[in-house]
Amino acid sequence: MGMILESIRQQQLKEDVPDIFPGDTVRVHVRVVEGNRERIQVFEGTVIKITKSGPDRNFTVRRVTHNVGVERTFLINSPRVEKIDVVRRGDVRRARLFYLRDRVGKSARIKEKRV
Amino acid sequence: MVDALMGRKIGMTQVFSEAGEAIPVTVLEVGPNYVAQIKTQERDGYEAIQLGFSESKKLSRPERGHLKNVPVAGLRHLHEVPATGEPVEIGQQLGADIFAKGEKVDVTIGAVKGTAGTKGKGFAGTVKRHGFAGGPKTHGQSDRHRAPGSIGASSTPGRVFKGMRMAGHLGNVRATVLNLDVVDVLPERNVILVKGGVPGAKGGIVVVRKAVKARKK
Repeated sequence: MGMILESIRQQQLKEDVPDIFPGDTVRVHVRVVEGNRERIQVFEGTVIKITKSGPDRNFTVRRVTHNVGVERTFLINSPRVEKIDVVRRGDVRRARLFYLRDRVGKSARIKEKRV
Repeated sequence: MVDALMGRKIGMTQVFSEAGEAIPVTVLEVGPNYVAQIKTQERDGYEAIQLGFSESKKLSRPERGHLKNVPVAGLRHLHEVPATGEPVEIGQQLGADIFAKGEKVDVTIGAVKGTAGTKGKGFAGTVKRHGFAGGPKTHGQSDRHRAPGSIGASSTPGRVFKGMRMAGHLGNVRATVLNLDVVDVLPERNVILVKGGVPGAKGGIVVVRKAVKARKK
């Protein structure tokens, strides 16, 4: 019984998803449908959380534009997410970076991860 | 042929549509079903097809005799459905391919004899069972938080009216959801995916039929 469900879930997964972690700076290429035209929009920012697993797996990206914080959540395996580029790996100590919401300027920076 | 099959609720997940929407789906294993008996107008007074589902070796001798023309060891569940369209033979195997993607179906739980209905909630109070508001949480209340309140007047009428909603057993009843969209059909595994939830526990035996009230376009 569990095997049927698991195989349906596996089929929904994409094959070429890059490893992303909280603290990474990513560029998310999203398919946007406007009327009957489709185009790719890029959203760049910091990954502040990754939740769930399988086809429901999603992540939230935060960026600050014009002094307004914007957060967008994407389903990693959604066909609307065309591509995810990792721009920079961040060195953080926790899985949920909600503290970034209360910070601006210098204190909102994240160290780069040294490999 | 038939317009309905017995099946088992496997569980829920989500799948992506071609447009990229995430659709919540319930996975139902609807087969293989076998034709166990054909009821005819002459012999039984009505037309119907008795289906069998879920292979089992633990059957009594009378049950074995009833299923002797079915090509499996035994069938655990039997259920009658109306006969429609072209005739079937005893022992014939039916599967998920009678349903098509984009069709609408009705799903019933608790219809098959000896199987469970919706999830049983036991002896439930009026708040859970009938949606009563309960009493105030504060202002000196004690023991009245989930009480039903008054159940009637005094010496006129001097009795409690029939049908007064009170505490009692809740759940484990037959339930049907109408007009669920068939999101996908996987005939090789006898699995269909319907949009939205289906009552009852995982592993529950359901009857899936083509929607009776679906609007013809």
